[in-house]
Amino acid sequence: MTVLPPLRGKAVDLTGTFARFPVPAGVDLPPYRRRELSLLLFAGLLATAALAAVVLAIDGNITLSVFAYGLGFSALWGMAHLAVRRFAPAADPILLPLVAALNGLGLVMIYRLDLAKINAAEKAGKKIPPGVAPLQMVWTLLALVVFVLVLAIIRDHKELSRYAYTAGLIGLVFLLLPAMPLVGATINGARLWLRVGPFTFQPSEISKIILMIFFAGYLVNKREVLSVVSRSFLGMHFPRARDLGPVLVAWLASLGVLIIEKDLGSSLLFFGMFLVILYVATERASWVVIGLGLFSLGAVISYQLFGHVQVRVDGWLHAFDGDNPTSTSFQLVQGLFGFAAGGVTGTGLGQGSPQRVPFANTDFIVASIGEELGLAGIMAILVIYGLVVMRGLRTALGARDPFGKMLAAGLAASLALQVFVQVGGVMRLIPLTGLTLPFISYGGSSIVSNAAIIALLLRISDSYRRPDPATPAAPLFDPNAVADSPTQVVRTT
Amino acid sequence: MSGSEPSDLVLLVVKISFLALLWLFVLAAVRAVRVDMFGPTKRQRQNIQALARPTPAHPAPAHPAHPAPSLGGQQNRPPSRRARTPSKLVVTKGHLAGTTLPLGPAPVTIGRAQDSTLVLEDDFASARHARLVPHDGQWFVEDLGSTNGTYLDRTKVTSPMPVPLGAPVRIGKTVLELHR
Repeated sequence: MTVLPPLRGKAVDLTGTFARFPVPAGVDLPPYRRRELSLLLFAGLLATAALAAVVLAIDGNITLSVFAYGLGFSALWGMAHLAVRRFAPAADPILLPLVAALNGLGLVMIYRLDLAKINAAEKAGKKIPPGVAPLQMVWTLLALVVFVLVLAIIRDHKELSRYAYTAGLIGLVFLLLPAMPLVGATINGARLWLRVGPFTFQPSEISKIILMIFFAGYLVNKREVLSVVSRSFLGMHFPRARDLGPVLVAWLASLGVLIIEKDLGSSLLFFGMFLVILYVATERASWVVIGLGLFSLGAVISYQLFGHVQVRVDGWLHAFDGDNPTSTSFQLVQGLFGFAAGGVTGTGLGQGSPQRVPFANTDFIVASIGEELGLAGIMAILVIYGLVVMRGLRTALGARDPFGKMLAAGLAASLALQVFVQVGGVMRLIPLTGLTLPFISYGGSSIVSNAAIIALLLRISDSYRRPDPATPAAPLFDPNAVADSPTQVVRTT
Repeated sequence: MSGSEPSDLVLLVVKISFLALLWLFVLAAVRAVRVDMFGPTKRQRQNIQALARPTPAHPAPAHPAHPAPSLGGQQNRPPSRRARTPSKLVVTKGHLAGTTLPLGPAPVTIGRAQDSTLVLEDDFASARHARLVPHDGQWFVEDLGSTNGTYLDRTKVTSPMPVPLGAPVRIGKTVLELHR
């Protein structure tokens, strides 16, 4: 009798192409890797559709090159998918497609802004500026290389906890490197860049991850002391004065970043990340209260002392007053007008004029998206970010070791904080700071470091989802072993 | 390079359909999250069963006299043994409360040692406290000479004992349960 192969319900089984891709011996490929691939293909389709819409609105017809770009984009992320299959087969299936979708939308938006600039230059009869979208494609490729390397090199995230103090030192050096005379560079008023030849790089993006490893490694050892030894005051447990050391150091470091590098966003991000991870480690609300107190103190002090902070706060609180809309808060107000022009469903991709906002492709890309995709589009993107953060926190919940738990929670929180500080700034909820929107904004260092964050999250999620293959099957307990064994049974009566 | 301008209607349709596609992606992702957290829905399981029906286990041409088994008939079967074997270990109390661990063919070691499958942060647990071993479709709990002992429900575990579904296994301040 011939055995027929099982029937397939649907003919759509592209995943079968990859089915024989080698996985580590002894590991069954979980079924949800296929789900990841199908979601990833959906993300590729989304990016292609966005590009097609832009090209249709601006050029008037769709050429085949649109599909070539779409295929290339899907192939790029398909490589990342294959790397996950190889190096972290049990990892979370949803993170990668979500990030791919954000990246695709970001690339299309950056390209669209390039086109707008070229059009404006043509009309004014000026020299046509070079586009940045191809550059961002190169950075995306580099980010994926880093993603694969992180997955390939770090096979067990617990190993990282051994280098906690080294990581702390390197992180601080990276953070302060731009302040050094020869290598540092000041771009747009913030001294947070490294200039190596023609390339500029923002080392604070990398130190964000390295410092997170330090925080997690340090708190794994110290959290008992920080959470147990306490004094009760006003119905809350407060730590002893000498245990305040680490939080004070983190506070001073973030103030230092603010003073030396004039970078409001990074300083806010570092302190916020440290507070979150401290709270996760100790489960004590008093740390949050202390942290917020220190934060308010720092905010007041820096407002009094530094002109650039005053300018930012003034542009935020009095955005529409006096001559602010044409000077200090010009960017912010233009962004808000962009949102207003978009309304609920937006003007449609390629049909707005987002290029009126300065820095539309980095700090103000949310305003560009808000104008062209409207409230509906912005909400979808925020939900995607929410899902990314949620999967990160799920990884933290699932992780079996405290270091992995804290690292995953901290990394997820750092993504959430970036989005909050960035979108909140553009929407005039908080003062405007110079952070990039992860995976969407134009910026090489940002996309590379955020890809590394996702790789680490996938690594941690792989470790808790994989049924332990390392332990060899232990000899099972055998009821007959005692009866068959040659030992004597001493009977006592 | 620029062809004929597309009409406003075309652009409107493109705009709305792109937003719809964007939200479809979000919904697909949410559905994937849902399946990942709670397992496939009843309908999806039925679909999987329907797909799996013509497998070598029930070759339809072998019994031409019998009508093909209906989907309902499949569901009315007494629950198979697979359904009763636990598939995950859930921590219900202690530091790791909320953690779940998929159970495979390998034994699960529990203790404070960093190389344990489940690393406990519990002052009352030993470095190598206990382990859970699968045998013949059943999971057995075995104490590995811990200082403070392992308890299955109220009984102290001295020799390997089978762990029923949902029975609390106490190790220090941590309570574990096997779930389906």
